[in-house]
Amino acid sequence: MPANLFPTGIEYYRILPEIILTLAGVAVMFMEAVFTNDDQRKIFGPFSIVALLAALVASLSASGEPGAAFSNMLIIDGFASFFRALVIAVGVIAILSSTEYLRREKSAGGEYYALILFSIVGQCVMVTANELIMIFIGLEISSIASYVLAGYLRDDPRNNESALKYFLLGSFATAFLLYGVAWIYGLTGTTNLDHIRSALQTSTPPLALAGAAAALMFVGFAFKISAAPFHIWAPDVYQGAPVPVSGYLSVGPKAAAFAILIRVFMTAFGPIATRWEPIVWSCALASMVVGNFAAIQQSNIKRMLAYSSIAHAGYILVALTANSSTGSAAAMFYLAAYAFTNLGAFAVVTYFSRKGEKYVSIDDFAGLSQRQPAMAAMLTIFLLSLIGVPLTAGFFGKFYIFKAVLDANEVWITVLGLLNSAVAAYYYLRILVVMYFKDPTDAVENLDAPGIGLKIAVYASALGTLILGIFPGWVLDIATRAALK
Amino acid sequence: MTILDAVLFLPLIGFLLLLMIPKSNPNLSRIAALVISLLIFVISLGLAGSFSGALPEGFAFVHDSEWVSSPPIRYHVGIDGLSLWLVILTTLLTPISVLASWKHIDHRVKEFFAFLILLEFGLIGVFVSLDLFLFYVFWEIGLVPMYFLIGIWGHERRIYAAVKFFLYTFAGSVLMLAAIIYLYDRAGTFDYAQIQSMLQSGRLALSSQAEMLLFLAFFIAFAIKVPLFPLHTWLPDAHVEAPTAGSIMLASVMLKMGTYGLVRFCLPLFPNAAHKSAHWIIGLAVIGILYGALVALVQPNMKKLVAYSSVSHLGFVVLGVFSFTQQGLDGAVYQMLNHGISTGALFLLVGYLYERRHSLEISAYGGVATPAPNLAIVFLIATLASIGLPMLNNFVGEYLVLQGASYTSFSATVFAAVGVILSACYMLWLYQRTFYGKASESLSHHMPDLSGREWAAILPLLLLMVWMGSYTQTFMPAISAQNARILDLSKERVAQTPPSQRAVREVANAR
Repeated sequence: MPANLFPTGIEYYRILPEIILTLAGVAVMFMEAVFTNDDQRKIFGPFSIVALLAALVASLSASGEPGAAFSNMLIIDGFASFFRALVIAVGVIAILSSTEYLRREKSAGGEYYALILFSIVGQCVMVTANELIMIFIGLEISSIASYVLAGYLRDDPRNNESALKYFLLGSFATAFLLYGVAWIYGLTGTTNLDHIRSALQTSTPPLALAGAAAALMFVGFAFKISAAPFHIWAPDVYQGAPVPVSGYLSVGPKAAAFAILIRVFMTAFGPIATRWEPIVWSCALASMVVGNFAAIQQSNIKRMLAYSSIAHAGYILVALTANSSTGSAAAMFYLAAYAFTNLGAFAVVTYFSRKGEKYVSIDDFAGLSQRQPAMAAMLTIFLLSLIGVPLTAGFFGKFYIFKAVLDANEVWITVLGLLNSAVAAYYYLRILVVMYFKDPTDAVENLDAPGIGLKIAVYASALGTLILGIFPGWVLDIATRAALK
Repeated sequence: MTILDAVLFLPLIGFLLLLMIPKSNPNLSRIAALVISLLIFVISLGLAGSFSGALPEGFAFVHDSEWVSSPPIRYHVGIDGLSLWLVILTTLLTPISVLASWKHIDHRVKEFFAFLILLEFGLIGVFVSLDLFLFYVFWEIGLVPMYFLIGIWGHERRIYAAVKFFLYTFAGSVLMLAAIIYLYDRAGTFDYAQIQSMLQSGRLALSSQAEMLLFLAFFIAFAIKVPLFPLHTWLPDAHVEAPTAGSIMLASVMLKMGTYGLVRFCLPLFPNAAHKSAHWIIGLAVIGILYGALVALVQPNMKKLVAYSSVSHLGFVVLGVFSFTQQGLDGAVYQMLNHGISTGALFLLVGYLYERRHSLEISAYGGVATPAPNLAIVFLIATLASIGLPMLNNFVGEYLVLQGASYTSFSATVFAAVGVILSACYMLWLYQRTFYGKASESLSHHMPDLSGREWAAILPLLLLMVWMGSYTQTFMPAISAQNARILDLSKERVAQTPPSQRAVREVANAR
């Protein structure tokens, strides 16, 4: 196909965000080598944010020109645009909340920003990918950058532990994914998602084997979204990694992994839905139960939020069990809601943990409301959103998900999921208890006011959480139009 | 923009205003909270105006506009005879709670009053929502400020009580959410009136099993809130640990969310299931009446005593609701208001005693009437109202409930009447142990009589006790007319009625 050998201009336009981010990442690496004094190096953060904002604009404008690019390897549809905008926005907030942290830990290197940018490029490739090899490449770009980020403070043994665990288990899981891809290629002779779908519809390939291949790929994806029983890494990695990185890992790569999970299973494996729905169903239930009940036991707030993110992965998987466009729209809304909420929560934890992350036990938050009422109030909003209290994003997220599965007549998973959210209320309330009902300890007595970047990150997240909670309509409209059919 | 919108949203505006007041000026917060809550009360009286004279058909002050386009969630509010007085009860008790907390709350003052006003927002919202989704939203909003009120300003075991309160209610309400979503999936709307008429006309037909499950999902959420025996265990904890204002709002208004929900949703939406379940619900209500009274009898702690008396009194309300008679329902709704007034007054007075002596143990008192005769008289009136003395408010409600229940189940009525006797026992015994006898030296020194602020808080409640007990005409017509409509909607529906027959019957009914 010589016509496709040289991509046309519109195809470059469609992947402009990836191009911008790659160039920006490389530029940061160069600047890192050239800039020597500290004043010059302050530019990394603002530069990355400008690049991300430019990529966001490019991504939004590209959404007006939907279509395929690069011989159908990439596809820019509503679904891809939604997630591309989401992961880029996540990057902006993640960088805003890390600048102060890096300065505090005396590690304000350019490579941190470059890694975040590259990892977002990977996620953009993932969400726009239309075939399995591109998915794999995107996943690897994103993952390898994430592994390094998890161990960014290299003198800190906890960071090392975190990065090593993440890397070893992550590679293992990716191997499963790749094995599944190989099977699919063997069965259908293609890696393009639409072609796989039509091949499976004709049912010439043995469907049991296709089901097994889907299961292998599900293992790889389930690892990335930290769904039980493939979640074991998450608490250790989130606990060990620098706080802003944990926050970033819990939303950015996760949202992208969910995007491809939904895309692959609803398009390519749509014809064999009856085979994978029980797997997703049981994983969803297991994640909710394991996440929530383990989170109750935690005393470290990073670890607790890690288990809570496992539980939330369970809720989103519930949406996938509906296997419908409303289910996919609900999952998209939930991921957006969860992104704002969780980034905000981690940003407050970043602020509060202080140098060397000395204060990350839940009890350290005692009396925070009396010393830093604004920050405590913001964390309250995020926690209420995680519980799912009305007028916050989390509530509508849960509502849309459970509505979608009830549409699909799955009453039991709905009831179990809702009861789970009542269990979850308990451990989120514990943080409110210590913040508001206990007297201040030394930990909060001498807390400095938060820096400007962190403040913007927290307030922007809170605003997003409230807007999605009070006027959810517009995001849901976008999600509904963009949802996979 | 109707008066109702103003009454609903002024608390939210007030909450935001209170947040802006500097922390260093607690008196300003107090005054602002009082002014805002009084203003809301005065405006809310305007609601009652349209219910004097000719009563409106259906809902008044309706405001129906879109909130979320898809799924169609509407900001649909309005009031009728059932919700009117509950809204006014809420707006009346909020300034009283502010007065009750004037001195008692001395740390984190601004936050306290902000949460109190936010609570008012949630409570009013519950009573005026005509969209199931909106109703659920307000139902949950009320939880958060109450959780903080108990948790921050409560007594020793406040954290345990606050968490238990939150989790109990939250767990109950998620099932209600599932039921609401299910109804939406079947009906395509969250609108209360539309769903009601679809169920009524048979356009939306539920299997009897589905109807029963939906009924139970709503019922459990409401029963936890009422609270109905055996789901009441959070109540004594929450009441005892809450600060005075929290106890007043909790007992007087928040518990009514449950009974209101029963009357508004459980009966008219799922009449068959309600009729089928009536016998065991009446059983639980009667057990609650007797159990609450017996436990109250042996309480050494005043607040706990009043809390258990609430379990008993609310049992009467449930009994009246599930008697499916006009008298029973009238009595039940009237009793909701009565309980709000008289138990609110009792918690307020117990709060007065606590402020003076810093103890809730009955044994710490005795002979209070000697140093504080006015307090004693006021407490006596509230006590007599609570035990149902004729010419005071509770008598009317209890009598109507018992009469209504006697048509349905005479044996239940007999047992419930025993509860009335028991209530006289525990309340009078409390009064005797607290106010009579010889005052100890230390008690006399710390027992000043009522101050002007305290009079201002309690006087409106005393007046209402007499007014509601002796001149029911002010309140009853609106309640009664609405109850007649609800009863009409709550008749058992005969399934698969051919349309022609239904038309014939409707014509016959119209005659």
